[in-house]
Amino acid sequence: MNMQSKTWIEVGTLNDIPRQGARCVKNGDMTIAIFRTTDDRLFALEDKCPHKNGPLSDGIVHDGCVTCPLHNWVISLETGAAQGADEGMSLTFPVKLDGETVLLGL
Amino acid sequence: MTAQKQKLVIVGNGMAPGRMLEHLFEVSDQYEVTIFNAEPRVNYDRIMLSPVLSGEKSYADIIIHGEGWYAEHGITLHQGDKITEIRRHERKVISESGVVADYDKLVIATGSNPFIIPVPGSDLPGVLAYRDLDDTDGMIAAAEKGGRAVVIGGGLLGLEAAAGLKLRGMEVTVIHLMPTLMERQLDTAAGYLLQKELESRGIDVLCEANTKQIIGAEKVEAVELADGRVIDASLVVMAVGIRPNVALAQEAGLEVNRGIVTDATMKTSDPNIYSVGECVEVGGMVYGLVAPLYRMAKVAAEHLAGPSEAAFAHTETPTKLKVTGCDLYSVGDFAEGEGREDIVLRDAQRGTYKRVIIKDNKLIGAVLYGDVADGAWYNQMLVSGDDVSEMRETLIFGQAYQGGGTVDPLAAVAALPDDAEICGCNGITKGMIVKAITDKGLTTLADVRAHSKASASCGTCTNLVEGIMGITLGDDFVIPAAQGMCGCTSHSHGFVRRMIKAKGLKSIPAVMQELEWTTAEGCAKCRPALNYYLVADWPGEYKDDQQSRFINERVHANIQKDGTYSVVPRMFGGITTPDELRAIADVADKYDIPTVKVTGGQRIDLLGVKKEDLIPVWADLNEAGMVSGAAYAKGLRTVKTCVGTDWCRFGTQDSTGLGIKLEKALWGAWSPAKLKLAVTGCPRNCAEATCKDIGIICVDSGYEIVYGGAAGLHIQGTTVLGKVATEEEVMETVCALTQYYRETGFYLERIYKWADRLGYDHIKEVIYDNLDERKAFAERFRYSQDFAQVDPWAERVAGAEAHEFKPLATLNLEAAE
Ligand code: SRM
Ligand SMILES: Cc1cc2nc3c(=O)[nH]c(=O)nc-3n(C[C@H](O)[C@H](O)[C@H](O)COP(=O)(O)OP(=O)(O)OC[C@H]3O[C@@H](n4cnc5c(N)ncnc54)[C@H](O)[C@@H]3O)c2cc1C
Ligand code: SF4
Ligand code: FES
Repeated sequence: MNMQSKTWIEVGTLNDIPRQGARCVKNGDMTIAIFRTTDDRLFALEDKCPHKNGPLSDGIVHDGCVTCPLHNWVISLETGAAQGADEGMSLTFPVKLDGETVLLGL
Repeated sequence: MTAQKQKLVIVGNGMAPGRMLEHLFEVSDQYEVTIFNAEPRVNYDRIMLSPVLSGEKSYADIIIHGEGWYAEHGITLHQGDKITEIRRHERKVISESGVVADYDKLVIATGSNPFIIPVPGSDLPGVLAYRDLDDTDGMIAAAEKGGRAVVIGGGLLGLEAAAGLKLRGMEVTVIHLMPTLMERQLDTAAGYLLQKELESRGIDVLCEANTKQIIGAEKVEAVELADGRVIDASLVVMAVGIRPNVALAQEAGLEVNRGIVTDATMKTSDPNIYSVGECVEVGGMVYGLVAPLYRMAKVAAEHLAGPSEAAFAHTETPTKLKVTGCDLYSVGDFAEGEGREDIVLRDAQRGTYKRVIIKDNKLIGAVLYGDVADGAWYNQMLVSGDDVSEMRETLIFGQAYQGGGTVDPLAAVAALPDDAEICGCNGITKGMIVKAITDKGLTTLADVRAHSKASASCGTCTNLVEGIMGITLGDDFVIPAAQGMCGCTSHSHGFVRRMIKAKGLKSIPAVMQELEWTTAEGCAKCRPALNYYLVADWPGEYKDDQQSRFINERVHANIQKDGTYSVVPRMFGGITTPDELRAIADVADKYDIPTVKVTGGQRIDLLGVKKEDLIPVWADLNEAGMVSGAAYAKGLRTVKTCVGTDWCRFGTQDSTGLGIKLEKALWGAWSPAKLKLAVTGCPRNCAEATCKDIGIICVDSGYEIVYGGAAGLHIQGTTVLGKVATEEEVMETVCALTQYYRETGFYLERIYKWADRLGYDHIKEVIYDNLDERKAFAERFRYSQDFAQVDPWAERVAGAEAHEFKPLATLNLEAAE
């Protein structure tokens, strides 16, 4: 990926996203899942499992990872990398909070 | 002393500027100091307001600088006079009462304002914040009148207020928006322990509770929650957070963000103005604990005194709760994440919990509950950044245990009281088992089963019985290893199920704490299992945890390989009507549903529905009288039927009617795995009853009930449970059998595997031969159905879990290159 200046885009508020859950942001053809952990940290991944494109936003969130709903691969929220013996990467995006507002860096 | 002194003016007289002056006077006497303070008093220890509230200290005890101190240093202190304007170009400040003071250097230390949530009634008399001595005095006065205090906010301040008010004799309810207390400082496990401790002191704690309004005519009378609950209150304390007090600085045109922006020397955007305390934003952070504020104070003092290298740098500040007897300690970053390693030690017996987080061989965070003796030790390691790999193995045991320490796997069993029921089937307690072992000198599990009856039935308590043998017989008994549920625990499903009952565990964090889980939040294997066990064991009490359910059960449709969903409405007993079929056809047209298929379960599947369309599709199907077919559920799926006496020349009973009755009684029930039934009108078996989880075969003289069939991954014919004469008996027996399975099955264990494990003879004894048992199980099933038979589609059409179904935002930006 080229280095390019990021734009921070307001996509909603913290409480729109359930803890241990995710919400999706649609951007053109791409869907980006924004995850919220129990301790209110946010992560953004393309909503596509590196295995067979399963929607990660529908997975179970636990201990900094999400388990894909289709075939149970476990993906790290921070790096997008498949854990354990599986290999593959989902795209990650920067996401941050300004007060209660969720900002996605695109 | 000839040189003209410079004028230093300070706005605010809190803990931060007080400390700053102490440092300043140590190194310099170049300033003539003037302080304006909105509060009509000297500098006192705000932290100690909680002991004042609880009665452990008085105001006099917490004064930091008495009147004498100001006189000694020649300070002019304006008490109860607030600065309303800073004229930077004239280097003047102006107070509310009209005092004008010139400055060479100005320090802004206005602290924070408590945040008041703007709900209706928040301005009623009797609603207090918790920030200063006036608030504290107000609470003490309210407590003298008695009644109930509602504290909104389950963070540090709120809980200290709650504990203090309780000690003052009030009834106290804490309302907290989040699922666990003090979530910013504690993880869920520690939050759970804290809640238990507060509840044991008689403080009511309501988590995930959102305040809708405060009710009262002239003064506070009650608090109403968003879910409609109303709690009587004679006092409401709002402790939901603080906001840096920046108004004055902002009006003066200083750079302000969340707080007043300073550089690392504590200088604001105006070189003659410094700022210290909670009002400051430095390095992008604002602070709410005194340790960093005191460091700001020292840096500011050095720069005021002359050229200096001193710079403020961020370090983690430990949090402690000042409630006597609630020991907790949290420091650093305790979130989960890539490359982070968690070490967890739970001692359920002593109610303690410790967790340290390591990254790159360095300690980056710690959460301690109950036993906080090592807090400082961990913090020391965190601050120093030392490599901890050498003591990795023993780190969690603390400083005193370097070099040794083992966790006793039997502790949980040992901690159970003698009257804890171990074997639910036979009503055998721990004490009875111990007595049998010692009185009769039993040494094997088979002997214990034979003599005490414990674990002789469903067998789910076997691990517990073995544990009791272990603690009673000591080294003479070696416990066979049982398969753990998943990587998060070495306990088996059976052990966990029994402990949930024996210890009365009613939440996922409770199970994880009491049974000493080794991960913080479990995984995709154990969380759905625990959620099911709690749903099944505590009907009406346990709140289903949506985030621990697989997506299909969360959105009540089956996810497909392309991320779309399939929707299967219920067709009770396989019977439909032209109107239902028309409605299904209309839905398929209206929402462009690509595939409509007849399933193997005698109903219709709409495949390829977009997630956003689920709600409108259900609304239309609901409109036509259809409910969810739960084709996704670990729960009742279908009751297949054949045409029976209605049409068939061989039919012996109304198999269709009975199938409909069964499906109406059983729908909505969650079970360990999916549950499929069939009712067939004669032994020709057109409904395939002999390969179902439960089947009914109609014969001339009544109904034969069979169960434990499999026709999926494994093929196995059913086994006969018994014959009954009436439909009512069928209903009762099937409900009882289902409930027995629900109470003792392991998550994902189909009925045939469950029955293979428990033994068909045993199940027959309990459910068929013993009429009292049958009734009791059926009764428990019907009770739990009161809570389960709610159409999940209708609930969601009405707005439940709305976040699942629509995107957070839709953008149309150029995709990143
Ligand atoms: C739709 C349907 C096929 C069809 O087009 O007819 C179907 C579809 C699926 N079956 Fe099935 N099964 C369907 C009838 C059956 C039957 C026949 C029956 O019910 O009479 C069986 C054999 C009996 C049984 O239940 O064992 C059956 C045995 C399975 C199994 C093996 C279970 C086992 O323990 O042996 C699985 C896998 C599993 O559950 O882990 C499975 C799993 C699935 C899943 C859920 C696969 C998945 O995880 O995504 C499919 C979901 C499709 C969807 O989204 O709707 N399906 N499946 C049938 C829906 C019945 C209904 O109306 O609810
Ligand atoms: C009940 C309670 C318990 C706490 N417990 C802990 C604890 O256990 N550990 C911990 O580290 N911290 C604790 N804190 C937080 C700690 O007390 C604060 O971080 C600290 O007191 C902030 O100091 P400060 O000097 O920035 O502001 P403050 O102490 O708030 O002082 C600001 C002062 O400025 C005055 N002022 C504001 N505007 C003006 C104006 N325009 N003109 C003149 N005067 C003005 C205000 O009246 C106030 O007196 C607790 C706080 C409370 C309320
Ligand atoms: S048989 Fe296999 S492919 Fe067909 S529906 Fe069942 S699970 Fe899917
Ligand atoms: S698509 Fe995610 S595990 Fe297969």
